[in-house]
Amino acid sequence: MEQNSDSQQKKFVLLCLLPVIVFFLSLFLGRYPISPGEVGHVLLSPFFNFDMQGYELQESVIVGIRMPRVLLAMLVGAGLSVSGAACQGIFKNPLVSPDLLGVSAGAGFGAVLGILLVGNGPLVTLSALFFGLISVVIVFAISKINNTTPILSLVLAGIIVSSIFAALIALVKYVADPYDKLPTIVYWLMGSFAKASYDDLMLVIIPISAGMIILLLLRWRINILSLGDDEASSLGEKPERMRWLIILSVTVIAASAVTVAGIIGWVGLVIPHICRMIMGVDHKLLLPATILIGASFLAAIDIIARTATPAEIPIGILTAIIGAPFFALLLNRMKRGWI
Amino acid sequence: MTFEVTDAEFGYGTITLHRVSFSVEPGEILAVLGANGSGKTTLMKCINGIHRWKSGGAFIGGNSFDIQNISRQVGYVPQCHTLTFPYTVSEMVLFGRAPAINLLSMPSGSDREIANRTMEEVGISHLAKKSCSEISGGEMQLVLIARALASEPRILLLDEPESHLDFRNQTMLLNLLRNLVNRRKIVCIMNTHYPDHALKISDKTLLLGKRKHIFGITNEIITQDNLKDYFGVNVELLPFQNGKGERMNAVVALDLVDV
Repeated sequence: MEQNSDSQQKKFVLLCLLPVIVFFLSLFLGRYPISPGEVGHVLLSPFFNFDMQGYELQESVIVGIRMPRVLLAMLVGAGLSVSGAACQGIFKNPLVSPDLLGVSAGAGFGAVLGILLVGNGPLVTLSALFFGLISVVIVFAISKINNTTPILSLVLAGIIVSSIFAALIALVKYVADPYDKLPTIVYWLMGSFAKASYDDLMLVIIPISAGMIILLLLRWRINILSLGDDEASSLGEKPERMRWLIILSVTVIAASAVTVAGIIGWVGLVIPHICRMIMGVDHKLLLPATILIGASFLAAIDIIARTATPAEIPIGILTAIIGAPFFALLLNRMKRGWI
Repeated sequence: MTFEVTDAEFGYGTITLHRVSFSVEPGEILAVLGANGSGKTTLMKCINGIHRWKSGGAFIGGNSFDIQNISRQVGYVPQCHTLTFPYTVSEMVLFGRAPAINLLSMPSGSDREIANRTMEEVGISHLAKKSCSEISGGEMQLVLIARALASEPRILLLDEPESHLDFRNQTMLLNLLRNLVNRRKIVCIMNTHYPDHALKISDKTLLLGKRKHIFGITNEIITQDNLKDYFGVNVELLPFQNGKGERMNAVVALDLVDV
């Protein structure tokens, strides 16, 4: 923990390189082999007017398939990670993740319902976003019933809403056509970037970025909220208002993420912890770090998801398989406190 | 500028604080004594704006408190701090600047400078880079005092600041408080369970009881009769002279008053 700001600046510069490296790795690693030189050729051609003769296939793989996919994975990874760090801060609990408030379950139900009723397309996405937001509205209403301990009632409301939507998801699965709709639903719920497109990217880039910008602007204030409501108010904060502003941002990010990528667990829980070990607990440095590491992590996992086996592995399964044991390892190193 | 609380009332459902009035001058320490549940902590939360008075209120220099600005005028040291995240000492003290920092801004160089100066004043500069989870209870109390002072308040509220500390640290804290208040010329209001501590450092005392209170010069308030009346304890006050020849009193509790 004894770090001066100089060494933290150096760390930050190194962290900034990480997503850049993973981005280039994602472009040439994959089923269809493309050499780093070819990647360079394709990427730089718009600036230097390279001859694209003989590069059509590489260009279509890189620009048409891999690029939107890695960008989407990075956006979702960054969004989920920064949301996790913000939630852990405002709920004063290092074990919280963005799906705590039922957003993932709500958005998941919306998407599944959409798949059941219309198959696929933008309606599915809108339905996911809609139910994600609905879930947080319900959480808000329930938490107001008994507001003597605001944080506890929020968490309990989140559990209630999550389990209701989980039951509804099960119901949709039960009635879905087992040969056509059910596999799509199950696959989607496991999380995947396999169908990533520029349309998906365009759809969520604004809401996710907007949410991330709000969280980044408030990042020092999250420290104050993490001290508890009484101390925060004595420091001039309005905890209730601030909490909802952050929850709203997190909801928009999480619902958008679920919308394009399905349910991807563990990222929002594990990445903030890794970042705390590297950058310390001050949210002012922590939040930017979670964005850089979260983006790199999910893009890297996605490389594994699409290259490890001949058939693609759903990324939600991988994040759980890699994230959960890793978290157990972290717990062992965190004996001294939530670093 | 005199700090006054006039005819103030507050309660959760039933009234806890009943028409409480007192006044403190800058450079003075007010000790607030009372049995558990008599409303000491509630009084603090009302003064620093966490609760709204039901009637009456707090005034500084005759003007009522601006609720928007209350956190810039009042520094608050909570009873105990549960540490969720192990912030470093300097980060924690810097949080005290929050009332002076724009909602979307980060602390500036001058905020850091003020925080550093406050740490020096309280004597915790050597701990600056340490994590709050690695320091002792006495040191943590100093960190919280530095944090409260970092907003450069006119009023410092402390909720039983010495209650979790050992004998030496209690003495250290009380002496430090007296010096801070003399130097900064701020109004200091301190809740405590120890009549001895009130006698040692406070100028004035407020005794809180059920629907009653008395307020005045500490030596006139902490008497055998009043302690018997407000705490139900028979006490003896032992006068003595300290090393500098000042006359002081020690409170010795004898037995409980039969109810």
